[in-house]
Amino acid sequence: MIGVIDYGMGNVTSVRNAFSYLGFATVLTDKISVLDSCSALVLPGVGAFGSAVEELQRKGLFAYLQRRHGEGFPLLGICLGLQLFFARSEEAPGSCGLTFFTETIRRFSSAGKVPHMGWNRVDTVALPLFQGIGEKSRFYFVHSYYASLTPEAGRIASCDYGVNFAAAVKKGNTYGLQFHPEKSGEAGLRLLLNFGRMVEGAHHPGD
Amino acid sequence: MVLAKRIIPCLDVKEGRVVKGVQFVDLKDAGDPVELAAFYNKEGADELVFLDITASFEKRETMLEVARRTAKEVFIPFTVGGGISTIEQIRNILNAGADKISLNTPAVENPSLVKEGARIFGSQCIVVAIDARWNEQLEDWEVYTHGGRQATGLSVLDWAARVEELGAGEILLTSMDADGGQAGYDIPLTRAVCERVSIPVIASGGAGKMEDFARVLIEGRADAALAASVFHYRHFSIREVKEYLHAQGVEVRL
Repeated sequence: MIGVIDYGMGNVTSVRNAFSYLGFATVLTDKISVLDSCSALVLPGVGAFGSAVEELQRKGLFAYLQRRHGEGFPLLGICLGLQLFFARSEEAPGSCGLTFFTETIRRFSSAGKVPHMGWNRVDTVALPLFQGIGEKSRFYFVHSYYASLTPEAGRIASCDYGVNFAAAVKKGNTYGLQFHPEKSGEAGLRLLLNFGRMVEGAHHPGD
Repeated sequence: MVLAKRIIPCLDVKEGRVVKGVQFVDLKDAGDPVELAAFYNKEGADELVFLDITASFEKRETMLEVARRTAKEVFIPFTVGGGISTIEQIRNILNAGADKISLNTPAVENPSLVKEGARIFGSQCIVVAIDARWNEQLEDWEVYTHGGRQATGLSVLDWAARVEELGAGEILLTSMDADGGQAGYDIPLTRAVCERVSIPVIASGGAGKMEDFARVLIEGRADAALAASVFHYRHFSIREVKEYLHAQGVEVRL
């Protein structure tokens, strides 16, 4: 069972639909006892950094996620979920994120149209998460802020939009995706299948 | 900057059924919008637009069901337009799994709907559809509403700039002069709007040949091209258009 964290930020229907389509059961919950029984946690999110931090704090999930990350439990952050893994964001200068990464999330400037919305090329490094996904495949993005960090600091995929930024990040078993795999057609489904297999074991019926 | 230009098939849906469905294709039920959506997804559509042309208010619930089912089977972004005039309706469609909604007549009648919608759900969810027709007297393009039946006196370029200010994330621009003629998109109109606003513009109306797509994306500067009949009647496939565009040097997702 994959636990999708319910903290009131945006539409989580699509990511649950995608996992379900691939044969993985999900549960949408904010209850720690339920999240504890899951094989992985997904932090989705569309919305603002500041209010997302507040909601996670209010529900007691902020410290919980920090603890699970520290234990090496598999986490997947999507879009705003990835940004919440960072220490700060220009979107909410007063808010402190989960700080798995110490960098600051920045706003696109002079890059062209903001938000960066549409299908863009993603360069990935060789990892099981990206298995079977062609080089420079396109994924679907919708965001106005981005993470910039070096490969040494955990960047595992890159994208260009005026600036070269992190399309995906990894630290231990925590993965963050700036794009929406649940809206990225075949490539996105393959990535979610890879993630599902990694956390649910190799004997998944989808094999 | 390598954002792909998008190719978007449009499905007209009436009471939950596709009007002008795909012919000559082996679909179990060519009238089922979800099956057709899945078919276009496989062909390489970058996005889908459902236009609800259901006349009766009571049967509007059918579109929510189409959105719910589509979201379970098709994993690319999709927009629902037609018959949406309240924040509550926007919320219902987005909760059903749509990524964006489009507003046409209600945006003109009640511009605050665009503003409120963008504030509550984010600009990326709010598309404003503009039906444009050249007006000889005004020597300008004029906005039409009510399915193209009512002239508004509004200048298309001014209205486009206004909806951007209100918070629209995208403009779906249909040339009524070109629509249905299959003689090519309206390049001057598309280019004029693209030069006026900085949000993405989807060009619509007039697609007949593959060259038409290249022209509107290059000369017209559109971010995306929408078409219905050429895909439904299999003049060519979405994949063929995208391969053609790629050969012309246009960035597309292949």
